[in-house]
Amino acid sequence: MWHILIMTGILLCAIMAIRTKRLLVSAIWLAGCSALVALFLYLLGAPEIAVIELSVGAGLVTVLFVFAINIAGDEAQPSHPVISRPLAWAVIAVAALLVGWLLLPGVNVAVPGLPESQLGNTLWQARSLDMFLIGVLIFAGALAMLGLLADGKKEAVEP
Amino acid sequence: MNISIPVIAGLVILGLLGIGLYALLAVRNLIKIIIALQIMVKGVLVAFILAGRLQGDMVTAQSMALVVIVADTIVAVVGLALAVQIRRHTGKLDTTALTTLRR
Repeated sequence: MWHILIMTGILLCAIMAIRTKRLLVSAIWLAGCSALVALFLYLLGAPEIAVIELSVGAGLVTVLFVFAINIAGDEAQPSHPVISRPLAWAVIAVAALLVGWLLLPGVNVAVPGLPESQLGNTLWQARSLDMFLIGVLIFAGALAMLGLLADGKKEAVEP
Repeated sequence: MNISIPVIAGLVILGLLGIGLYALLAVRNLIKIIIALQIMVKGVLVAFILAGRLQGDMVTAQSMALVVIVADTIVAVVGLALAVQIRRHTGKLDTTALTTLRR
């Protein structure tokens, strides 16, 4: 019962994040979607990832969105889409059918019990390359933050 | 109504991927496109954890999901920085404003 309620909330938040006209409201709906996904991940048996998703997805990313929208402006969006909406819905329906055809028979099985979590050991020993990659990504993110914070092109000062 | 948890998770994955893909196809605002990417990645995240749960290997699934979360955050930061700079240069957040050769 709880899972169905959370699923409904996740999909509702995602739809509202896309449909809302104002960007700031979209960011808030996305934060709600992140929080509900974190709750769903916790119920699936991944508490560590749920905490990280809640703090990063619902916290940090939302702050970044609000900051960027504050700089770029919450302008009105054009009403006409890139491709026609019926074509977009047709593409989505075909993709959902294909993915569902592959996915749903595989997941309709009994769920095994959870062993004791050893995420820390695995991260720092077996998957140390992933941790190195995370370090590189964080460095790239810091550089991108400089791009976000940088002012527009400065005019050259005549001597 | 008796639906198993993996089926509900599968529906969440399908829904998030579908909504994100629709927004990528139909929306022209740069920040909305980044929001759509975020929604799709959340579906992928649930898929990783579900696969780990079904295979009984949650540790590997969680470590991969951690990399996905970090990469997704960096993609959002880079995309927002690009959107802000494009807004400063073109005055718009519309993707069609990026076409500078068509006049």
